[in-house]
Amino acid sequence: MDLIIPTISQGLLWSLLAIGVYITFRVLDIADLTVEGSFPLGAATAASCLIAGWSPIPAIIVAAFAGMVSGIVTGLLCTKLKIPALLAGILTMIALYSVNLHIMQKANIALLQVDTIFSLYALDGVSQGNMILIIGLITVVLLSVACYVFFGTEIGAAIRATGCNQHMIRANGINTDITIILGLLLSNGLVAVSGALVAQAQGFADVGMGVGTIVIGLASVIIGEVIFGTRSFKNCLISVILGSIVYRAVIAIVLQMGMPPNDLKLFTAILVAIALSMPLFQAKFKKRKVAD
Amino acid sequence: MLHIENISKTFNPGTITEKVALKNVSLHLDPGDFVTVIGGNGAGKSTLMNSIAGTFGVDTGKIIIDGTDITKWPEHKRAKFIGRVFQDPMMGTAANMQIEENLAIASRRGRVPTLRWSSPASQREKFREQLKTLNLGLEDRLESKVGLLSGGQRQALTLLMATLVEPKLLLLDEHTAALDPKTAAQVLALTNDIVNKRKLTTLMITHNMKDALACGNRLIMLHNGHILIDVKGEEKKNLTIKDLLAMFEKAAGSEMNSDALLLS
Repeated sequence: MDLIIPTISQGLLWSLLAIGVYITFRVLDIADLTVEGSFPLGAATAASCLIAGWSPIPAIIVAAFAGMVSGIVTGLLCTKLKIPALLAGILTMIALYSVNLHIMQKANIALLQVDTIFSLYALDGVSQGNMILIIGLITVVLLSVACYVFFGTEIGAAIRATGCNQHMIRANGINTDITIILGLLLSNGLVAVSGALVAQAQGFADVGMGVGTIVIGLASVIIGEVIFGTRSFKNCLISVILGSIVYRAVIAIVLQMGMPPNDLKLFTAILVAIALSMPLFQAKFKKRKVAD
Repeated sequence: MLHIENISKTFNPGTITEKVALKNVSLHLDPGDFVTVIGGNGAGKSTLMNSIAGTFGVDTGKIIIDGTDITKWPEHKRAKFIGRVFQDPMMGTAANMQIEENLAIASRRGRVPTLRWSSPASQREKFREQLKTLNLGLEDRLESKVGLLSGGQRQALTLLMATLVEPKLLLLDEHTAALDPKTAAQVLALTNDIVNKRKLTTLMITHNMKDALACGNRLIMLHNGHILIDVKGEEKKNLTIKDLLAMFEKAAGSEMNSDALLLS
């Protein structure tokens, strides 16, 4: 029982990563591996700012900008230099490993001595754990509403159409290079904010904390879509956020049941592989049903 | 309206797969001209169309629309002047988006997108009116995703989208070829209706010689990357398939035998 609140809080903080992955993977139809670098980039930037005496909100904003820049880099690599998107993301991700070390000047930064967004704005009588839940919820609601509004605008619609059909949107006068870059920018900005919040919640930023984030993001997106549906863009956003929470719950349950933490990534990978192959099995199942 | 001067295009130059697709093609369209384009496979029809649309650049020559030299313009910039319908019904619309959203995007063709709401309710009535002209019942399905429509419905919608903002040039690239005969006839009738009513300058590729003769006021036949036959006005009106084949035989001579596909 006492695991419920931390699980939901974790799910919320990581759901921004999931929304970022949703934007590239589903909206733009690109598997963007930049997130493996932009997640720790957000953490590293925010942590370094906090250590330097900045207050948490500006630190998170700087982290968001850093994430956006990394998205632009991947965008330029794949549009202007015509490097396949998957490879472009890998290149940025690898480059960011060094960048993150430069930003932190060591492999990890502890945040126990400084005020984080969760301690600075703590309400009287509310535990740190509950603050994570409250602030996580506020941030996720604000950013996902902003996302929903943005994708309803002319520019947002152009980005959605780019992921759906580049021929169509170019024939309607939209420069797809720009829409792709914008989508990657937005996605990695959100991912970096997620990294910045997660680092503050766990009390440290680590250069290796990005490993496997793309798979966690994908797991959240797919779990959310399967359980909560994809009827509209609004529905998808909500599904992805809930998917991230469900993913955390699944992890908490299997750990509780005694799975060694070392096997966590293996478990997640298998989970995503199964979820990704679901449509195939569903189609087969349907066929059999019809045959009966 | 459209002025093409000596354009040439060679694919994979200097390699074993080198293919000269267009050889010094020149063409001039007056405002309101409705030109049908025929020719066998590999004659250069699609290359001509894609060169005008800007899918790729040309090696030499100039493309001018309404006095503006667009030879060096990228594809998306040319969309300001050009409306397009593709052969593949999937290509002209965004399947995951609603009919209304697709129309909203088309209603801004050639304009830089802003942060205004993409599909405001104020446009809905206008879209409904326009969808009504298609006679497909789509006016009641503004919120349906385009992916749910049939190929013919999607082609009709694409045609509407391509002409929503009046194009200086309408490019139709075998837009009925992928449809069943009955739907193809419907879409073609709709095309004639829109083009003739609004006097749109149009270039239409077709595989069907009967359609090429029945539609438009001018017909050109491409062969091996150049314009072999160009008939217009009265002469075109009285043309029959037999005349056309005779003209082709005379112009192309012995090349005829190797181009059996033209007869299909």
